[in-house]
Amino acid sequence: MAAVSLENWKERIRDPKIECMSSDEMAHLQSERLVDVVNRAYHNVEFYHKKMKEQGVEPGDIKGIEDIHKLPFTTKEDLRDNYPFGLLAIPTKDVARVQGTSGTTGKLTIAPYSKKDVEVWGECVARCLTMAGLTSEDIIHVCYGYGLFTGGMGLDYGAQALGAVAIPMSAGNTKRQMMCMEDLGATAFACTPSYALHLAESMQEAGVVDRLKIKAGIHGAEPWTVEMRKKIESILHINCFDIYGLCEISGPGVAQDCIHHEGLHVHADYFYPEVLNPSTHEACGDGETGELVFTTLAKEAMPLIRYRTKDLTSMNRSKCKCGRTLPRISKFTGRTDDMKVIRGVNVFPTQVETALLSMGGAIAPHYMMIVDREDNMDVLTVMVEVDESMFSDEIRKLDALRDKIGAVLKQALGVSARVKLVEPKTIQRSEGKAVRVIDNRNL
Amino acid sequence: MGITIQQLSVFLENREGRLDEVLSVLAGNEINIVALSLADTSDYGMLRMIVSDPNKGKAVLRDNGITAMLTDVVALRVPHETGSLSKAMHQIVEGEVNIEYMYAFANGADASAVLKTDDPARVVDILRGSGFDVWEASEAYVSNIRE
Repeated sequence: MAAVSLENWKERIRDPKIECMSSDEMAHLQSERLVDVVNRAYHNVEFYHKKMKEQGVEPGDIKGIEDIHKLPFTTKEDLRDNYPFGLLAIPTKDVARVQGTSGTTGKLTIAPYSKKDVEVWGECVARCLTMAGLTSEDIIHVCYGYGLFTGGMGLDYGAQALGAVAIPMSAGNTKRQMMCMEDLGATAFACTPSYALHLAESMQEAGVVDRLKIKAGIHGAEPWTVEMRKKIESILHINCFDIYGLCEISGPGVAQDCIHHEGLHVHADYFYPEVLNPSTHEACGDGETGELVFTTLAKEAMPLIRYRTKDLTSMNRSKCKCGRTLPRISKFTGRTDDMKVIRGVNVFPTQVETALLSMGGAIAPHYMMIVDREDNMDVLTVMVEVDESMFSDEIRKLDALRDKIGAVLKQALGVSARVKLVEPKTIQRSEGKAVRVIDNRNL
Repeated sequence: MGITIQQLSVFLENREGRLDEVLSVLAGNEINIVALSLADTSDYGMLRMIVSDPNKGKAVLRDNGITAMLTDVVALRVPHETGSLSKAMHQIVEGEVNIEYMYAFANGADASAVLKTDDPARVVDILRGSGFDVWEASEAYVSNIRE
């Protein structure tokens, strides 16, 4: 299938009343829902009751969305401390399902849903699928993992709400994925961007691209660059979309970009976004980067108030070319916990990835940042895997490659880095989110 | 058209036992090493080899997650006479071909030198034109194998 160019794109909006709502109407809806969720949290969740009392704020103080700054924050640690069901606001018998995510420390983060929460989740994903040009006519090949991870089920619920066909492939077994995609005539597929690229390259190698009916790719759950999107799009001749979500809030479908790729539209009628300065907690202006904080406005099972995502982004509240008025968050620049201050300069792994990609490779080689302190000086070492496309039998050329990577990194990061070339597959792969930084400084 | 042979080049991290692993993979797949050179830098090593079956060698290393590539090189036959290598080198310099690196190995009655240059085909022509000979692939890959 050919990718649809911007001129020929027909924008579809699933719920124009909400997605194109005026800011006053939206604020009114959000206010109503905030008052309701704060009441439910205060009266049904011991944790919020205590926390609000400590902060000296009562449900009556929250009259509208403009009062949200009076409310306390919720952190990932709070979720861990109340594991597994301490933050439940409904009786256990009303829990319809549970999803979760493996935290970096190994302990699960649990996300319970009521029947209505599941419906809202599906509705939000259906809005995203519509944003990607899909309708009830489409066949969506879901190769996100099915299980506790929200990816598989989320896209499945979305397809169901849309009235489309979901093919629950789950992840892995690339050959079988390719066969089913072709045989069942999938018109869209959904998976992590890194797996999408792997699949795309495998299909190109196998020479099956021309036989596919795929027109759209829905990818999220890990950060990816614009270059990576364009690469997948050009191999498969499709349009790809960046879907965002986190299981604590709902799963995929919290936000997604439209064909204009100028930020991800947040379904702010359900998930109220704030972007705050990570240290002062004051609201950032539009375009200013800060930590993304969500309040679930309609969640029944586990409502979260001002949940700190640790994802760094900026907000754009202007109306999009697609017609939506939903606020947009920019593609993620990193996470507050990934950020390293090296010799006083803020450095994010995504900057390293972008710099490596800018060197002309199709996909950034695997890398790892190691921060050490030698003689009271911060030293950044970036290990880069030498794959076959970069390899040379001449040491002179490898040294030149190393120096070039060093120069590109210095330019991009603002601090100099030692580059160490290592063998492919020697940098540890993680099952979930990739570990890109090791900090040995014990700060 | 000159005759070049294929060298198997392997990127080695400076890590305990890594060379042993590479050699084990080759040995386990019945690939004989005819000639070998190991260059080291502070960060990594570069193993260059002439082997009995370069394509298979690359494939089995790749299957074991080791980065390898094939490079066109020339295997010069160097007669055991003082000054013969110098003479060959002189011819190459005259022909304005750059030598990137070189290593030597014994092959039957002669010594041999593996030359990596920026123009392998031309080196073969130069050498043959000045009375030297080079090993063809069929000879180089099987040399020194005990009957």
